[in-house]
Amino acid sequence: MTELTVNGAPVTVASDGDTPLLTVLRDELGLVGSRFGCGQGLCGACFVNVDGTVMPACQTPLGQVAGQGVTTVEGLSRDGTPHPVQQAILDRQAAQCGFCISGIVVRAAALLAEEPDADADRVAEALDRNLCRCGAQRRIIGAVLAARDLT
Amino acid sequence: MSDLPAHVIDNPHLGTWLSVADGLLEVHVGKVELGQGILTALAQIAADALGVPLPAIRMVAAHTTDGPDEGLTAGSLSVLQAGPALRHVGAVVRALAGPSEPVTSYVERVAALDPHTDLTSVAPAGAAETRSVGRSEARLDLPDKVLGRPRYLADLRPEGLLHGRVLRPPSPGARLVELDQGWKATGVELVRDGSFVGVVGEREADVDRALEQLRRDTTWAEEDSLPDEDDLPAWLREGPHEVIEVVDEGAPDEVALTASYSRPFLLHASIAPSVGMAVWRDGVLHVWSHSQGIHALRDAIAQALELAREDVAVEHVENAGCYGHNAADDAAFDAVLLARAVPGRPVQSRWTRPDELTWGPLSSAMTATVSAGLVDGRITGWAYDVWSQGHTARPGFRGTPGLLAGAHLAVPVPMPAATDPPLPGGGGTTRNAVPLYDVGPRRVTGHRKARTPLRSSAMRALGAHLNVFAIESFMDELAETAGVDPVRFRLDHLTDPRAAHVVETAAHLAGWDDPLPEDVGRGLGFARYKDNGAWCAVVAEVAVGSNVRVRRLTVVADLGTVVNPDGARNQLEGGATQATSWTVKERVRFDRRRVTSDDWERYPILSFAEAPLVDVHLVESDAPSIGAGEAAQGPTAAAIANAVHGALRVRVRDLPLTAESIVRAIEAQE
Repeated sequence: MTELTVNGAPVTVASDGDTPLLTVLRDELGLVGSRFGCGQGLCGACFVNVDGTVMPACQTPLGQVAGQGVTTVEGLSRDGTPHPVQQAILDRQAAQCGFCISGIVVRAAALLAEEPDADADRVAEALDRNLCRCGAQRRIIGAVLAARDLT
Repeated sequence: MSDLPAHVIDNPHLGTWLSVADGLLEVHVGKVELGQGILTALAQIAADALGVPLPAIRMVAAHTTDGPDEGLTAGSLSVLQAGPALRHVGAVVRALAGPSEPVTSYVERVAALDPHTDLTSVAPAGAAETRSVGRSEARLDLPDKVLGRPRYLADLRPEGLLHGRVLRPPSPGARLVELDQGWKATGVELVRDGSFVGVVGEREADVDRALEQLRRDTTWAEEDSLPDEDDLPAWLREGPHEVIEVVDEGAPDEVALTASYSRPFLLHASIAPSVGMAVWRDGVLHVWSHSQGIHALRDAIAQALELAREDVAVEHVENAGCYGHNAADDAAFDAVLLARAVPGRPVQSRWTRPDELTWGPLSSAMTATVSAGLVDGRITGWAYDVWSQGHTARPGFRGTPGLLAGAHLAVPVPMPAATDPPLPGGGGTTRNAVPLYDVGPRRVTGHRKARTPLRSSAMRALGAHLNVFAIESFMDELAETAGVDPVRFRLDHLTDPRAAHVVETAAHLAGWDDPLPEDVGRGLGFARYKDNGAWCAVVAEVAVGSNVRVRRLTVVADLGTVVNPDGARNQLEGGATQATSWTVKERVRFDRRRVTSDDWERYPILSFAEAPLVDVHLVESDAPSIGAGEAAQGPTAAAIANAVHGALRVRVRDLPLTAESIVRAIEAQE
């Protein structure tokens, strides 16, 4: 049994310590917002925030986050109010298929928390490990800047 | 009523299109959401047609038994095909149940209509008021996706779900020679049929571990069957070929210029690996798939397993962006085969990332040679030959199921080389192979490779990416030979006013004549997609340093009447950005045995920092709607190549436009 905090709530999970956190989130906890894209930590679709550090859940063994606080995309909206990055993406329709968006929201939210004045180049650089195949990159960068201006 | 929409004639019952639940009008369409926003655009059309506000509509995903058969969602045809059908359905409903206000009582009257009402025998009401069409309505599917709610196929968790994984062979043509009879792994059951091997189990962690164990515990017979990746044009030109005569008005009398162009194999490279889900229960096989054509998939599954069509039901569920015939259908068939071993239990089978990048159908490498006559600044004749593998191997092609796992079964189902869609549908190898310009007598011929070890099928724009790249690069080369500005040269050869308009507008908006810094170039590309779709001109501004950096794209498109302007812009922006990635970065890598570009490091795609700024301008028009999704692919490639020439005075004719290919072009020029 491993204890950790997920989106503010303490949880105890039965998976082995070497099970990828992504599998625990999706299969054991039913939190499917973190998406499986590559299983190799190369696309960013499963990014989660672990006590302030953004990491690919697919490459993070459960044992490594025992006792720590994990925030997934589901944990970014509060009481039904979307995170400003999510709201800006919706306002600007800055997505096509949306499969990459969960990880981008997690990464961008962490960026704006650390660097509230990030500019377009900085946003692009921060999203360097997130892939988007539909070609929504420029819209997404614009949405993150709009979220920055909202907060 | 001879002017009835084809999709209404094919699906004549009201209940196939419309139902009522929770006080909402549920609209059933056969077109599927691929990330392109089509369900929103069709909801807008349906809302106007039915005379209700958009929130009164709920779109229902395509289903082989509960919805219309509208063929494939492909070819930028969805609004063109499904739009008229929904308008007719709405007009019939208003005739039978109108007036449409107040909405609540109207919906009650619609609910009371006979679902067997024959849509072809009721006189429709007059045209409805346009309220939603033309507005940039927000996408209906995005809130779930942006807020991380369950929406994609892999998010489904039906009662009793088992997870499945299939071990794909290590290379095309490989055969399984050894797997211990008593093979076991924790928490899974083995499923084997010939070289098809997979596992099913209760927990994802178990099936993932078992898959890796299975990989270690199997021995395969492999052979070197792949071509030389550094000499694809020569290999493509080796026969046998199926010849496609597109037009033959004779060859040019005198040839002023000849050039050859090429591109490598490309990948769909969707961000999600393909997934399928299936259950065999009570004599019916139920399948959930993100296929582009659920009816064709149903027929292919029935054919492969010798089932009655009626005993197979396929329902569409969304996955990540789909840009053509990817592995969706194959993953569905994997799930079907795995689920067959555990009757009554649904099995969800997900591909691995390496399998997605190596076993999904590729988009074919291509090469073309073009020659033209040129007298006093006028083109006097045109000859064009293009060599390629086929661009469709969709389920049902050449009369075969076309499902990957079929080729690996103990009694294999043959998988022939890909073919092409018919010419009237736009063709594949020869899509956009005929220039829209007035070029005198033309001879255009396609040569489709009849035998190949590499599986190829339809990807966004099909052959148009290479053909437009070639034609539009060559137009610049001709303009240079003639000593005429490339925009002027194009306009001199265009008689179609909508074509001339997008070219002129793109040049104007991009500041065609404005001075540029050194090492920065500007180039234009133009095409009318499939010769019957959208007119699109793109101007690229490119900086060339250690690599090609596309700074800005100006895209001008004439789509006729636009249903959702922001949605159309999003499609063109995305298409142009994706085409930039194809054009400057992408190339499937392989050795003589295996496809080796099996992860995101070995098949890199455009990053956030590399994505160009894209300005999209839509031409105001009340002409009939034509699709937007594929229009920018070819013009973007050509515009970038022409801009590279503008920056370096070097003509790069082989994609991708990497530092390596530029150096080769410089060496060839010297």
